[in-house]
Amino acid sequence: MKIGYGHMGTLTMVVEMILEELGHEPVVPFRPTRQTLALGAKYAPEFACIPFKIVLGTYLESLARGADCFISGGGYGPCRAGLYGELHSRILQDLGYNAELIFLFPPLKKTVDFMRKLSRLKGRHSWFSLARIISKAWAKLNALDELEMMSQRLRPLELTRGQTSKAFEKGLQYLHQAKNRGEIEEARAAALAEMKKIEIDPTAKPLKIGIIGEIYVQLEPFANFYVEEALGHLGAEVRRSIYLTSYTRHDVLSTRGDMNSRSLAQPYLAQKVGGHGQNSVGDVIRFAQMGYDGVVQLAPFSCIPEIVAKSLMPFISKKFGIPVLTLFIDEQTGPTGIQTRLEAFVDLLEQRRLASGRYDFPGNIIQ
Amino acid sequence: MTARVGIPRALFYYTYFPMWQAFLEKLGVEVVFSRPTNKEILEAGIRETVNDACIPIKLFHGHVLDLKDRVDYLLIPRLVSPGGYITYCPKFLGLPDMIRFSGMKLPALISHRLSLRGLPGGLSRFLRATALSLGIKNPLAQQKAISHALKCHKLYHRLLLEGKQPLEASTLIQKKGRAGRNAALVTAAEAGTGMPRVALLGYPYTIYDSFVSADVYHKLQSMGVSVITPDQISPQELRRMSRVLPQNLFWYYSNRVWWAGLSLLQRKAVDGMIHLTAFACGPDAMVDKLLELEAKKARMPFLTLTIDEHTGEGGVQTRLEAFIDMLQAKIENNRNGV
Repeated sequence: MKIGYGHMGTLTMVVEMILEELGHEPVVPFRPTRQTLALGAKYAPEFACIPFKIVLGTYLESLARGADCFISGGGYGPCRAGLYGELHSRILQDLGYNAELIFLFPPLKKTVDFMRKLSRLKGRHSWFSLARIISKAWAKLNALDELEMMSQRLRPLELTRGQTSKAFEKGLQYLHQAKNRGEIEEARAAALAEMKKIEIDPTAKPLKIGIIGEIYVQLEPFANFYVEEALGHLGAEVRRSIYLTSYTRHDVLSTRGDMNSRSLAQPYLAQKVGGHGQNSVGDVIRFAQMGYDGVVQLAPFSCIPEIVAKSLMPFISKKFGIPVLTLFIDEQTGPTGIQTRLEAFVDLLEQRRLASGRYDFPGNIIQ
Repeated sequence: MTARVGIPRALFYYTYFPMWQAFLEKLGVEVVFSRPTNKEILEAGIRETVNDACIPIKLFHGHVLDLKDRVDYLLIPRLVSPGGYITYCPKFLGLPDMIRFSGMKLPALISHRLSLRGLPGGLSRFLRATALSLGIKNPLAQQKAISHALKCHKLYHRLLLEGKQPLEASTLIQKKGRAGRNAALVTAAEAGTGMPRVALLGYPYTIYDSFVSADVYHKLQSMGVSVITPDQISPQELRRMSRVLPQNLFWYYSNRVWWAGLSLLQRKAVDGMIHLTAFACGPDAMVDKLLELEAKKARMPFLTLTIDEHTGEGGVQTRLEAFIDMLQAKIENNRNGV
């Protein structure tokens, strides 16, 4: 089978590895572009969220490159993402394509269905060899997360702008080429060595900004206008609330979600509202408790759970003394608008820090 | 002095108010509704609400503002699930919290969970908790009010099924205590009059709110069109549709619209379909596309009407007239065998 899938940050190369190992021919999605989004937006419902449109655009591009099947995650609501698969396949059918869509539901919620689809995907491989492949993928995920966190820490410290991003790209290349456990370990070491070569200013005390919100716009840099890089270049260290490994642990392999964030949110938003709505409220509190200077909330326009979260933000921000900038993103959003708002936000945080007279910060602890 | 409980005339109001009113009044509590939607309420709601929210949520905030200084309590339940895996829209799930932390000065909120998942008797449990919040502890009085309320609830939905409007239905309940027995479950429209029969698909809180929907329902009726809403499709029929699909939607109201649409398409019971949707409604992004694609397959004329803060009466009227003209022309052509 020639299998296509959506592009979601660094997860893309992990899915590629799994599919290759299983003997399929992956149609590796390109990084989304404005054209991808425009293509998706053309056939998607007007008020669908931006992940839906980008993924649809990616599917259409992949179809042109020969994909005959797509895999994607499904869910059990009440977030709309759980219905993506159903609607994507109907839209593709209406456009005259005969691609098959396999959407995998969380294994602990729909075990039978999940195992059936999994056994189809694994083909002739034994369950044992599937387990080996998965554990290899897990190693890669861990390495990718480590690399990403390091780049987020170093970027505000770099002496020449852009060095970190360059080193990070190189590191991704290394990891991309690593095919087995040994190679992954080697690539990881090489990538980290690459990062260590960056010249930094060790005395700088960068602002610390947490990034929260909907998962796709957090993890896919194209969808968030490379907000991590932009903030890094403005001299802020960023930390997301979601990384691939934590996502896998809390959202894929559990039925309860991230209990830490959710219990923090409990007094203010007592009900799970789907997606990462409740997490967003809890994560602001968590970042405030960790001494962060501010939080950027990312969400697709018309995202229901994040709108519920946003409506609580003025209260939470005041109560815990942490500024929150909310960015709702759709296909009309322009990079300059985002850049301006980020600059203004960073200025505000700097002023706030000066006014507080508080200069010594806890080191880079977190997680 | 009796306590006054306010119920905003928005969102779940159209599904539940006769039950809540009957319950509270039986308990000797005064019930106050917000005024029917008007420009002032809408504008106040828009000012108060997070700007990315949909119109119905903004409207809800407006109705809360309209009520808050006139009552001792506000009844804003957390509607979680009507049973099974189905939930309400996430905004319903978070509604009490959205209101509580909106910065408005509010009277006491009564916001118990209403979930029919799990053990039976969810409605009674919810009503009992509400009574306790009002300081009414006598179990006998509670039980009496509950059975009265549940009876009214059943009756109300039977009247809606017969094609009555919510207010009409509630007056009927209060006047007679019961409706005419078991009117036929076929909708009036299926009798056939020569004018086109049109399905008006949408949520109760848009269809029945004559201000925000630019009164599409009555506009259609005054053109002589017979209108069918999802409330006029029997629960049995909706359940039947739910079984034919590979995957149902997650949200209660959306499922009703989607199943009603499918049922009418299958039975070819209408000549055209209008989907009435609110600007930036999350679930409707899915529902609208699903309906559109199904209607296309069945060659059913389909119109999406999106309403927002700026919806003008004139624009809606023009689009409805054009749509109905087209349906009439189509009927005419079919009759002449073109």
